[in-house]
Amino acid sequence: MASRLIPSAGQYLRLANRLRQHVRTKATAPSPAATTSEGAPSGGRGYSFELTDEQREFQDLARKFAREEIIPVAPHHDKTGEYPVPVLKKAWELGLMNGHIPADCGGMDLGIFDTCMITEELAYGCTGIQTAIEANSLGQMPVIIAGNAEQKKKYLGRMTEEPLMCAYGVTEPGAGSDVAGIKTKAVKKGDEYILNGQKMWITNGGHANWYFVLARTSDDPKMPAGKAFTGFIVDRDWEGVTPGRKEWNMGQRASDTRGITFEDVRVPAENVLGAEGVGFKIAMGAFDKTRPPVAAGATGLAQRALDEATKYSLERKTMGKYIAEHQAVAFMLAEMAIMVETSRLLTQRSAWEIDQGRRNTYFASIAKAYAGDAANKCATDAVQIFGGNGFNSDYPVEKLMRDAKIYQIYEGTAQIQRLIISREMLAKAKQTQW
Amino acid sequence: MWPIFDYGRFVSIISSSDVYGVVWMRSLAQLHKMANLRVLVGVKRVIDYAVKIRVKPDNSGVVTDGVKHSMNPFCEIAMEEAVRLKEKKLAKEIIAVSCGPAQAQETIRTALAMGADRGIHVEVTGKSIDGDNNQTGQMTAALLDWPQATFASEVTKENDHLKVVREIDGGLETVKVTLPAVITADLRLNEPRYATLPNIMKAKKKKIAKHKAADFGVDLTPTLEVVGVEDPPVRQAGQKVESTEELVAKLKDSGVV
Repeated sequence: MASRLIPSAGQYLRLANRLRQHVRTKATAPSPAATTSEGAPSGGRGYSFELTDEQREFQDLARKFAREEIIPVAPHHDKTGEYPVPVLKKAWELGLMNGHIPADCGGMDLGIFDTCMITEELAYGCTGIQTAIEANSLGQMPVIIAGNAEQKKKYLGRMTEEPLMCAYGVTEPGAGSDVAGIKTKAVKKGDEYILNGQKMWITNGGHANWYFVLARTSDDPKMPAGKAFTGFIVDRDWEGVTPGRKEWNMGQRASDTRGITFEDVRVPAENVLGAEGVGFKIAMGAFDKTRPPVAAGATGLAQRALDEATKYSLERKTMGKYIAEHQAVAFMLAEMAIMVETSRLLTQRSAWEIDQGRRNTYFASIAKAYAGDAANKCATDAVQIFGGNGFNSDYPVEKLMRDAKIYQIYEGTAQIQRLIISREMLAKAKQTQW
Repeated sequence: MWPIFDYGRFVSIISSSDVYGVVWMRSLAQLHKMANLRVLVGVKRVIDYAVKIRVKPDNSGVVTDGVKHSMNPFCEIAMEEAVRLKEKKLAKEIIAVSCGPAQAQETIRTALAMGADRGIHVEVTGKSIDGDNNQTGQMTAALLDWPQATFASEVTKENDHLKVVREIDGGLETVKVTLPAVITADLRLNEPRYATLPNIMKAKKKKIAKHKAADFGVDLTPTLEVVGVEDPPVRQAGQKVESTEELVAKLKDSGVV
């Protein structure tokens, strides 16, 4: 009897193994009852890589648009930094922008999976232009998550009626990764808040119709981050809102990045998202939905790098044969292919998880971290395969290398992603009995 | 051997160079009420124009398995023209029709996303790719005993008929066709629009009626047999000559002159 209470070494090991497997499968295997999206065949086994007919049509549309509308004009916008208004307007007309706005605000209510699919195709054309589109999603997400009916109707509704842009204003000159350290303040005065502060690196900053702004509403320095900040919707044309000059960046130059100054801006209380004090949670919650599309953008760039490099390697000859027939180059292409496929699968998984209604922080961070690194490596290798030509601006790959770098920085730096991933998995590990 | 659709009186047809469309009018007596026109547009699922065609090893045809297929670009142009007629309030309803295998429904869906109101799929099993035969529109007109205006590069309504500018070898020809008529589309007729995402979603709800050829009492036994398909001969390398005399001499030697 007693021997059953104390496991033998063998029993203990078997038990430990089962638990370990359980943890692994729990972390990576999807719930058996789910499928990719409505109507997608799953072979009865609960997991599928099939797209529905409708998804395929969305993908075809985005692909066609990228090749016919974005690629021809991308070099011009990269050289001049001119904001791509005509392309954005066309994308808006075709429904390629603002896809996740709920149907009752005039939107298409697309899931994150479909959004990622479209994003990847557009990013293939130009990540600068695609980031301008993506910043709309980022700005709208806090409103979609935490806005009340009036706020959604007012601020999301107008995005579907006209081709407007919006922006997400959290980062400051002195605080990027350290969101809890932001200094923009909002002080309650009657039924208004007086907003003062400076935001930096705000995508679409100069063209936004309204901003989501995170500001500190608590004076108590010991107040935890989860209660000290409030999210506001701030109209561009209120007094005191001053966008700065367009910043000239290394890459994604078509995208408009600026500093924004808020000086004694009067924000009505009805523009508070959620409630006073919950801003931090809303700002972070938006990322779970927007990190997969950013990973998708990086995947699109990596795919473009791969395609350009492959095409070139089948045209350029050296030492008597096409460079693709030299193993050194062929192996580089193979490694790029490995990275592209992996990026895509991770992005799809993270998007699918949140579409099932589950918390996807772990997968979203993995996808974004990996895809950012993959995009940079693929772009660098593409330049390498092009050789001297790759370094030259007449060829398309140097732009890819410049555009790729930001994927390791914005939407959570590569280091922050690793912090999140390690925190998530260690928390899970602590719950496991080894 | 082409199936005839029983829609009553047809008015005119808009089609690609290989498929056809039909505009239907409610009453011949109301010739002046063009807004009652219905347009039937034929759309065909073919190998995507960007794909490199490969002949099958047994020379029985071209490889279609696993190859990307899409709507014939000329069918897109025909669809676009029909949508423009509807936007100008000259047409009331657009119906997309496709005769082909089950996958032809994807093509009909694309037509629905572009603006067709409903679709008809006639299931025809077996191989079906664009043979570039340039016969369908003409055959349809002959079977229906209707006037035809093929290779249209411009279609305008004038009172009770259509004025069509046709692209011919020598230039442009303008013809006047009374309705009903068959029109086939040429490249310069228009530039097809993108289907918007909301329209793709709406297309899911539009109806596609399914039929078999037998439903119309049509016998599909082929009267033509494809004996073989071959690649065109590989282009031979040319020769450089130093002077006109040498050129003439070489041409004479080869028996060309």
